[in-house]
Order: sequence, then C-alpha cells, then structure tokens
Amino acid sequence: MSTVNLTIPEVEIREVRLGSVTGFQGTAKELVSACGGCSGKLKDKTRSFSQCLGCGTSNAACTLTLIQDAALISHGPVGCSSCLHEFAFTYRVNAHLRQIDHPTQRKIFSTNLEEKDTIYGGGKKLKETIDEVYKRVHPKAIFVITTCAAGIIGDDVESITNDAEAKLGIPVVAVFCEGFRSKMWTSGFDAGYHGIARKIIKPPVQKRKIINVINFWGTDVFREWFGEFGYEPNYITPFSTIDTLSHSSEAVLTVQACSSLGSYLGAALEQVYGVREIRNSPPYGIVQTDRWFRELGKILNQEETAEKLIQRKKEEYLPKIEALREKLRGKTAYVTAGASHGHSLLALLYELGMKPTGAAIFHHDPIYDNESSDSDTLLHTVSDYGDVENYNVCNKQEFELVNVLNRVRPDILLARHGGMTLWGAKLGIPSLLIGDEHFGMGYEGLVQYGERILETIENDEFVKNLSQHCANPYTDWWLQQEPYTFLGGNF
Amino acid sequence: MAALIEQERYTCAIGALQTVVAIPRAVPILHSGPGCGTMIKGFFERSSGYAGGDTSPCTNFSEREVVFGGTDRLRSIIKNTYKVLDTDLQVVVTGCTAGIVGDDVASVTDEFLEEGKPIVHVETSGFKSNNYVSHSAVVNAIIDQYVSRFEAENPARSEKKLVNLFASVPYQDQFWKGNLKEYKRLLEGLGLQVNILFSAHSGGVKEWQTIPKANFNILVSPWYGEPIVKHLFQKYQQPWFQFHYLPIGGNETNRFLNAVLAFAKEQDAGLDEEKAQHFIKEEETAYYEELDNLATFLLEFRYGLPNHAHILHDAGYVAGLTRFLLHETGVIPKEQFIVDNVPEKYQNQIRADIQAASDKREIPVYFNPDAGAVQDQIRNLHHAGRGLILGSGWDKELAKEKEYDFLSIACPTPYRIVLTTNYIGYTGGLRLIEDIYNTALASYQ
Repeated sequence: MSTVNLTIPEVEIREVRLGSVTGFQGTAKELVSACGGCSGKLKDKTRSFSQCLGCGTSNAACTLTLIQDAALISHGPVGCSSCLHEFAFTYRVNAHLRQIDHPTQRKIFSTNLEEKDTIYGGGKKLKETIDEVYKRVHPKAIFVITTCAAGIIGDDVESITNDAEAKLGIPVVAVFCEGFRSKMWTSGFDAGYHGIARKIIKPPVQKRKIINVINFWGTDVFREWFGEFGYEPNYITPFSTIDTLSHSSEAVLTVQACSSLGSYLGAALEQVYGVREIRNSPPYGIVQTDRWFRELGKILNQEETAEKLIQRKKEEYLPKIEALREKLRGKTAYVTAGASHGHSLLALLYELGMKPTGAAIFHHDPIYDNESSDSDTLLHTVSDYGDVENYNVCNKQEFELVNVLNRVRPDILLARHGGMTLWGAKLGIPSLLIGDEHFGMGYEGLVQYGERILETIENDEFVKNLSQHCANPYTDWWLQQEPYTFLGGNF
Repeated sequence: MAALIEQERYTCAIGALQTVVAIPRAVPILHSGPGCGTMIKGFFERSSGYAGGDTSPCTNFSEREVVFGGTDRLRSIIKNTYKVLDTDLQVVVTGCTAGIVGDDVASVTDEFLEEGKPIVHVETSGFKSNNYVSHSAVVNAIIDQYVSRFEAENPARSEKKLVNLFASVPYQDQFWKGNLKEYKRLLEGLGLQVNILFSAHSGGVKEWQTIPKANFNILVSPWYGEPIVKHLFQKYQQPWFQFHYLPIGGNETNRFLNAVLAFAKEQDAGLDEEKAQHFIKEEETAYYEELDNLATFLLEFRYGLPNHAHILHDAGYVAGLTRFLLHETGVIPKEQFIVDNVPEKYQNQIRADIQAASDKREIPVYFNPDAGAVQDQIRNLHHAGRGLILGSGWDKELAKEKEYDFLSIACPTPYRIVLTTNYIGYTGGLRLIEDIYNTALASYQ
C-alpha cells in the first residue's frame, strides 16, 4: 500500500510508514539482509541511557524556512523555535549559490504559548498570530509547524489553518511535527514535504524543461549537468519560491541529494503527479555516478548525451582520482552521518582506496517511500564495494560514538552533522565535516572530497594538541565497556 | 504578557539548563522531548561546556512516555548517567511534555538523593516562563536541594568579607565569563572575597557549598535574579546590594564600586577603605588615560563615525550601555528597545534609570519581546547622521538595510564569537569602545 496520502493532514512517522529503526549493531550486509527478509518490520532496540536527540520540528522548519517568499509560525512555547535563526544565517550566506543577490530577511514567528494556553488552549493565539503575520509580511504562504505542547493540549491546528487560508486567500499549511511523535528527526522532513505536497504543489498543466532536485543548500552543481541535456534544476525547497514549488509537478523527473531527505516528496511527486524519480543512489563515487547519469539519460531519452558526458568527465577526472588513490590507499576512516548520505560517504571512501572501519548512521529506512528495492542505497554500497564492519545505527548518541572512536582510532572521522567532529578531535583524530551535500557528487566531487580528506589527515597538528588538553566527561568505566552496552536492554 | 514573538531574543524556561552547564563539572539531565536540547544548543551556539549540548543525558519523550508517564525512563537514564559521565552535580530539568503529563520527578530524584548523590530537580517546562526567569529557579533549586546539605560546615554569614555575586544569566549574557571574572577582580580590589559560582574561574560545586557563609549578596540586574537574593535573605538572612544595570566604563564602575564599599561598611565587612579607594583611583586613572588618548580621534576623525545608536537588548544591558554611550563616547542613545520580556512591575524603575542618564534629553524606551515588531519600528525612524545598532545577529540585516554600523552583542548571533571578553568594568568599557570604533573603521576599505 502506498505510503503517500495527500488527503490527510498528517503523514505517518517513519517508524510506522517505513519500519525505520534507530538502534542496530552489526555489519552493513547483515542490516541489508535483515531488511530484505523483514518486509519493513526490522525490530528496533531502545537504549537505557540516551542523550539529546533532535526533533521533527526543526527538520520541518529546515524544509520551509528557506523558501524565499513564505513565512513560518512555530505554534508552541518560544523555545521550540530557538534554533531557527540558524536557517536565517544559512539563507543569507548561501543565497549567492542560487543567484540571489539580495536575500530577504527570514520571517520566523512563535505563537509563544504560555501556561494559561496549555489550560485554555492556544487556538485563539494561533488565529491572531496568523492574521498578524499576514499583515506584517504579506507572504505567499504561511506554514504552521507544531510542537509537543501544542500536540498534547490538542489544538485543532488543521481547522484553524484551513479557516485562515479561506479568509486570507493564500495557502496556510499545518505541518504536524511534534517532537515526541518520532524518534527520527527526519520525520520532520516528511512532515514539511507533506505540507508542501498537499497544499502548495498544483496539478500539472504542461511539462516544463525542469528537473526537481530535493536537497539542502549545496552548490549549484546540477545546473551545469542538466544544462547538457537541455534542462534546468528546480531546487526543492531551499531558495525556491511558492510559485516554483507549485510547478514541481510539471518537471520531467525528480532527483535527490539524499534519499533519507527526499524519500517522501519524491514518491509523492511520482505517485500523485507522475513525475518519475531516479531510482539509483545519488551520484557519489564512480560506479554510482555512471549509473545515475545513465538513468538520467534514459529517462530523458538522451542516452548518448549521458555517455558522452560520462566519457568526457572520466577523461578529465580519472587520472586525478588515481593519483589520490595512490596517496590514500589503505587509510582508515569512520563515518557518522544521516542514513543515505552515510551510505554515499562509504562509497566515496571505497572509491578513494580507503578502508571504512565502521559507521554510526543516525537511523535506517529498510525501504523508501517509492517501495522499490532498486533504491536501497545501503544495498548499492554493499554490493558495489563489499561489507562494512561495525555498521551501527545510532541516533547521534555521542557516548557510543566516543566509545567506538576510542577503540577504532581511524585515520580520519567523516561526519555530517554538527557536534560530532569534536569527539574525533578530542581523541586526536583528524575530523572532517563537509556542509555542502553536493561537494562529493560526480567525478569532480570525488576529487574534491579526496583532496579535502588528504588535507585533513595531513594537517593534524591542531587535533593532536587539542587531544592533550581538552576535557573528557566520560568515565574510564564507560570507555572500557562494549559500545552498545545500553542498547536493547529493558530499562 | 506577550502574544506572538518574531525573532526571539531569549528562549523558553528549559533554556536555563545553560545555568547548569555554566557550573564546572555539572550536568543537566533533560526530562523532555527529543529536540529541546538541540533547540537550546542552537540558540546559544558554542555553548556545550563540560557536559551540555550533545553530551547531556535526555529521556527523549516519545508517545509512550506521553501516554504512560516517563518516570521509569527517567530513573534508568539517571542511574546510567552515573556510570557513563563523571560529574559533580546533576540537575534534572523538565520540558513541556513532562510538565503537561505531570510526571513526579521529585519522587525519582529522591531515590538517588537517599544514596547521597548530588542531584537536584527543577521544573522548567517551556511554557512556564523563559530562561531569564527560570535561571533563578535553577539557582534556587540548587541552593535548596544541594547547598543546604553543607550548612553545618558553612554557617550562615560567617565570613565577613565573603560575598555571593549574581550578575549574569550565563550564555544569555554572551559576555558572562569575562564579566564575572572582571567583577571578581574589581571586588577583590576592594578587599572582598567573591563567589562567582559559574565558569572556570569559580571553584565549582565546592564554591557553591560556601554560599551560606557570605556576609551579603550582590545582584547586578534590573529584575532577573531577584528571586535568588530574596531567597537567600529568607534562608540565610543575607542582605543584598542591588545595582540595577551593568556598570560599563569609568563613571558607572566608580559608582558601582563606591556603592558596594558603602554597603560593605554597613555590613561590617571590615574592609580597608583607604586601600579600596586607592584601587578605584588607580583603575580610574588607567581608564581615563585611554579615553584621553582617544578623544582626539573621537572629536576629529574626518571621515565619519556613528553619532547615534539604537540598542536592542535586555534591560540591564540597555540601561548600562545607554549611560556609557552618552557620557563616555559621545554617541547619542536614541530610541532604545528592551526585548527580554520584563515583567510590568519593573518597567517604571528601568525607564527611570535610563532617563536618569541625562538631565537634558529624553531617551525613549520601549519594552517589547517581539523584536520583529521592534525592527519594523526602527525601519520607520530617521535621525540625522551615521547610526549604530547594537543588538543580536538578527539586527545585522536591519543595520544593512538602514546603512548603519552594527555590533553584535546579544543572543542569538551567528556573526560573532565571544570567548572571555568582558564589557563590564573599566576594561569592559574600553573593550566596547574598541569594538564599536573598529567596526566603524572596518567600513573603510
């Protein structure tokens, strides 16, 4: 049964929809085969010790705040939108990557729920806030993201937003992303995209020469690539407009920078509006990049263009890649990242001749919303390059990461979410976080990434010094235990 | 209380977990939804301390805890915190979820208390208040549930020269580390011993244990932190001296130190007054030597410097900065904006304190935590000359629109890193002058 249903206000969380898990210990192959037979029913394990996670509300905001002409309301206490100013910064500093010369101020509001609202309800406050936001900003759409407090007190956010939409004549979209609903903050992406799919994207009128790219705010690599085929990227959602989003149903196909991110929207666009989705893993590493361009060429009916592009790029970059392999061969690396992007990073490492000694991946989706086993990004990595030992699913539990790093002591730590590199550095391990999710894409990306890895491994003076002086709050007892001691026990 | 808030400049009650992070080797344990810690970390940025941020244990409320309660999970997390983390003090803070479902947190922490663990709990449901308010709740909870266990060794008011200082909401005041260290240096210059309680320059939990011994308390704040000194007065009969705004620069630091000196005398602190006055004089001389050197630049620089300013900050900073700018730089404070949601009963006093900075000009003051609305107000203000905006990262965009100079001095801000800089005291005033005019000079390229 399809996981996409745009007629209901709320998309189901990943645990329920995809059978996703946040606790697993084993190898990549074991996880892939466990999923192969589990039909989405991989058993999750809980932890009897846990640290701060992250929640859906900020990830929903991540999909909505960077839309050029929309406003965002967090319906909750003031703290539930505390970190969103970071998106305002991102918007401002990365706007030039999307040819936006004058980035406008992000419009982020809180209904500022207080104690009396938890007793009498916050509906009136939300109504008034929507009216005031419209008056103040005149946005093209207003998104209302929900929070734990709003969820538990039971405010009828869907009715309030529908009424406001009728009154104001712009989309007013309820996005349900209360933190306690899901252990996977990525459920927040799905919530944001569900809101966009059900209220912003319009049914197609005529096909356009555009290709949807579901991504964050990385460099504009797709413009050059798609240009060779006569198409333009339609970026979703950072730096889009309500208008460009509304036409994403008219694209010829959809690609994703990371399947963990775009799974739901990619499937929604395909199932509801017939926009095809590239099934292959994103183009990280030579093998995947070949496949990805070929699938692109096939769907666009331009297979020859794809072959020429592949050949030309390879002639240019393969010698450089080979030179990097000479320098990096045998170096070990540990990866910590969101699910599918982590699989991509593992592929990159193998391509560069390096040896992944393990990975802590934030969650695992046994299947994506397109329900196609052709899209299993971890399976692709395993079948292309072999198994990955110490492949663990660990939702940003720093104590486990510290324990593992202390054991495996890789030559480099590759991280993809803020906060994790600190622990590599504290242990004297060169650590690299690449914020631009497109950085490693394509043949050129492999070279760029390889050069950064090399540079990071070589320039280790800072981390070596830091490791001699920094504080470590973890007990000796803990560092001597098995890293997954607290996983799976009954508390 | 405020309705909607655009561009919040503070966070919710659970943000006071940073008050715990500011105590060396203390750990906050969050009994809250999964995102609360990340929200707070993201608001303050670079604020993990010893065991805050991603290190802090959290029960990560799920549907199950919302329905069945989360005390079992909390018990398990606390039990294992002792195994995994090496800490001196554990403070359980609660989020909205725990507050609404009504978990009895005390019953869980009491079990560990009976084992003699240094554990404290405090309710900080986000909807209850904000971090300016709950800072006091956290401090008072530590006093009642931890400090009070050491009263036998620390008899009330037994050290005549010892004072407890409450002057910054850690992290919300970005300059808290530097400010506290400078207060300590200044007050020691008067002959006092000072518990600053937070930062590496405090003595950690050992210092907290000596709180009852202090002869009196010093509160530097127009309103936040007041419940702490009132509580200590009730509990240990310690009187308090309150200075209502931040003493920045020569005039106000003189005023502050002399007032403390007078208060200490009333409390029989037994300070050597002559020595203290000598210290003040020396600091003041050094300060004005710099201002003297700088005055020609301030008066003669031909290419343009800011001549007026708007400040968007909390009441303590706005009042302190207004006085400082007017009298010690010559930049005229125009409309000022206080964005920390000051309870109404304190507003008149704050207004009066700011107005008292000048006997000849009116300084309009607005109280509004809805900083987005404040920005719209500033967009419609027009004054002759080059303007300066002192505010948070949000205001950089506003300053650019208005072609004003901008200095980031408030939360949240991705545009400035603050480590141990202080803005209070004589040295703080000089540093602020450097920052303001270096910002202006950096515009000449």
